[in-house]
Amino acid sequence: MLTWATFWSQVFNGLARGALLALISSGLTVIYGTLGVLNLAHGAMFMIGGYAGYVAFTRTGSFIVALIAGSGVVLAVGLVMERLVIRRFYGRPHEDQILVTFGLGICFVEIIRFFFGSLSRSMPPPPRLAGITSLGFMVYPTYRIAVVGIVAISLLAIYLVLYRTRLGMIVRAGIEDSGMVACLGIDVHRVFMIVFGIGSMAAGFAGIVNLPVAPITPDMGDSILVQAFVVIVIGGVGSYTGAVLGGLIAGEILSISSMIDPAYSYVALFAVMTVVLMLRPRGLLGAEWRT
Amino acid sequence: MADVTVAPIAPAHRHLLAELATAVALIAAPPLLSRLGFAPDTMSRILVLGLFGIGFDLLFGYTGLLSFGQAAFFGTGGFTAAYLLTRTGMSSVMLSLALGVLAAALCGIGVGLIALRRTGIYFAMITVAIAQVFFFLENSPLADFTGGENGLAGVPAPTFSLGFATFPIHSGWSMYGFIAACYFVGLLVARRIVQSPIGCILAAIRDNPLRAAAVGHDVHGYKLLIFVIAAAYSGLAGGLLGVLQGYMPPDAFSFDTSGQLVMQTVIGGAGTLYGPLVGAAVWLYLRDFLQESAGLGAQWKLVLGVIFVLLVCFLRRGIIGGLKDLIILIGRKPTGAAERSDAGGARSGEGGGVAAAVRRPDPPSMPPSRVPCGAPGPILAASALTKRYGGLVANNNIHFAVEPGELRGVIGPNGAGKSTFFKMLTCEVAPTSGSISFQGKEITGMQVTDVCQLGLTKSYQVSQLFTRLTVRENLTIAALASLRGKLRIDLLKSPARVRSLHSRVDATLELIDLTGRCDVPAAALAYGEKRRLEIGLALATAPTLLLLDEPLSGMSPMERIETVKLLRSISRGRTLIIIDHDMDSLFELTERITVLERGCVLAEGTPQEIKNNPAVQAAYLGPESVA
Repeated sequence: MLTWATFWSQVFNGLARGALLALISSGLTVIYGTLGVLNLAHGAMFMIGGYAGYVAFTRTGSFIVALIAGSGVVLAVGLVMERLVIRRFYGRPHEDQILVTFGLGICFVEIIRFFFGSLSRSMPPPPRLAGITSLGFMVYPTYRIAVVGIVAISLLAIYLVLYRTRLGMIVRAGIEDSGMVACLGIDVHRVFMIVFGIGSMAAGFAGIVNLPVAPITPDMGDSILVQAFVVIVIGGVGSYTGAVLGGLIAGEILSISSMIDPAYSYVALFAVMTVVLMLRPRGLLGAEWRT
Repeated sequence: MADVTVAPIAPAHRHLLAELATAVALIAAPPLLSRLGFAPDTMSRILVLGLFGIGFDLLFGYTGLLSFGQAAFFGTGGFTAAYLLTRTGMSSVMLSLALGVLAAALCGIGVGLIALRRTGIYFAMITVAIAQVFFFLENSPLADFTGGENGLAGVPAPTFSLGFATFPIHSGWSMYGFIAACYFVGLLVARRIVQSPIGCILAAIRDNPLRAAAVGHDVHGYKLLIFVIAAAYSGLAGGLLGVLQGYMPPDAFSFDTSGQLVMQTVIGGAGTLYGPLVGAAVWLYLRDFLQESAGLGAQWKLVLGVIFVLLVCFLRRGIIGGLKDLIILIGRKPTGAAERSDAGGARSGEGGGVAAAVRRPDPPSMPPSRVPCGAPGPILAASALTKRYGGLVANNNIHFAVEPGELRGVIGPNGAGKSTFFKMLTCEVAPTSGSISFQGKEITGMQVTDVCQLGLTKSYQVSQLFTRLTVRENLTIAALASLRGKLRIDLLKSPARVRSLHSRVDATLELIDLTGRCDVPAAALAYGEKRRLEIGLALATAPTLLLLDEPLSGMSPMERIETVKLLRSISRGRTLIIIDHDMDSLFELTERITVLERGCVLAEGTPQEIKNNPAVQAAYLGPESVA
């Protein structure tokens, strides 16, 4: 039955889901925009974050510790991955970069599967955020409201780092012309490594925040990765605000269409992507010069 | 450098040899490989994956389009055939397979039209997303037709009747025979495609899509064509999978299927056609070996993932590419010496080239193949041409006309808007306002490809070559555009049968004096040679009007003499417009000169008039010098 209450709760579901997608996609798009590398292991980063958070939580029982430790693990994985593998691929064609990150993603999934098996794991929301909250016109799980808040804060943090700091200035200059930045005597590779780490951490962080919402499995990253692709195609490759906007749009489309018929929710998302491609091939906020 | 060997033109008997060897290998495989522990069904499966991979290799290895969504067509073909055979009572397996291929190809058209709007990473992302939609559609909305998560069971095997006897195909070796026959036919067709003129053009698109479009090929059309062909191969492989297993599994549509295809192709070696087969064999062998003999259980995929990453890092050309390199390495001594002497010869050719050029008789003239248009009036006319980039006015209200047969020079200080002007004339960039007509025909707003097909093209200021292809292949690509038109689907034709292709390429080679270097990859040419090849590319499209953007830039004085001579011979029978900073050469070469300054026409006249024009002198030397 379609009631206003179910409609609004789906809108809120879409907001929570869209916020997570926005966070994941912004990581992906910042990495691509800066390094020029499309990271197909990004979904795996989301998954690793979930498992790292899960382990930290089972050891300590603290949600905050899970958030911090999990993010730290994914940051480290991202830094090491950039240093050991991605760095060799800056001079190579896009296809090679896609292939190698795809392969790494599979390795990550299989390593996690080796340690944790294929069964799904889950984690309860922290006690203070458990239960439901009345919003006046409807009641809604408290944690999902918190998700929107947590993600909004982290998106803002990334935005501030990217647009209001010295590092961010270098990153944005690197997006325009990384060769020129290197000529100015800035260690571009170090900046690239940090950006890759932060971008990966965004996905991992989302993975931890998502833990109390949905159980985790080793191959959960695949569908997230595909959704992030759609988000980026809609929002425009390399555009941070585009990723955020695209994420929210995608989240709402998935939620609202699943209210009508869940089987078609993905089809609806895809249809929107196609329309965007037809009307505006570079995405809603994509820059003309990036193909 | 060249990580894929493209050999569009090679002796015919060598191809027959390779095909014969494939047939022998397919026949000899059962007794040999079964000793290694390959079951007949495993070998059939390898062939199905190999066939699936042939289409993908045409798309990725040969054209450079990395799709992560081939499972969509694999599943479409497979489920169409399986549905027809199990639910509609259709009895002919071959007909069902054919209809499956057709369905996959039709989906390929639809998906291709969307995905090919973008290139590079966008293309990869969109194919992934679309394939995922197919997976969802199969799983729930279409579950009544596809069996949803159960798939379709009971797919029958074919039976062949020869009138006097029937040959039913069972699982085991007869199934292997049937699938091997399908594979062989698929391979033959793919080899013909690779060797056809279209194979040449695909290599060009992979190497430099912008130039492929600029010499007059419909890049989008060819991409769509190969995308649909790859989809058809996927559809056939999907159908065969159902027949082989007697069951069509729903995971045919999954992202894993697409990903596995990519990995197998890269492991075996992309751009070889045989790579996917080798990759699939390695994949399935290692899977069984690691799972059973090594007792790794579910970790087999981790091992394969690591192998894949290492291959991408260190052996990007895969197993077949690695073996080729090894063979070259072993047989290096004789060929190495030959290469050295060849390089030495080339070097002396470079050093003594000037003297040789001076001694050389006049290069042969190469008239344009098109009959000059009878329309009276200027061959090219631009009126009120303006181009703005935001607030910057690059060209402002330019009126410009060139008569047929003229040799026109365009000069101007840096930043005068010369290159922008040329880009508008060849329709690379659209003017903000104004119009351009060529041979009396309005061409404003047309595509650069279509304009080139009309006989108007340009040589670039910065060389835009097909760097991984040889000089001869470069020119062949350009010549094919004018000889075949912008899009022609002659997939199975030999380039040798394109009329006057050979003579056109040879004549151009001689004209630009690169006959002795025709088998060298363009990337390995010296600077001056690259510049000549750049002109040659434009010339091989047989233009009636040729624009040359700084053909003399960066050349030594002696190279300039040589190139001026080349330009003079090119100008016979065609109209030329040349931008350059070398005043002396232009004054000597051209009949009329147009001077651009700050986006406007400053002056126009004979070289003598321009030399004496005070406004021009002021523009170049500053106003004081005139006073």
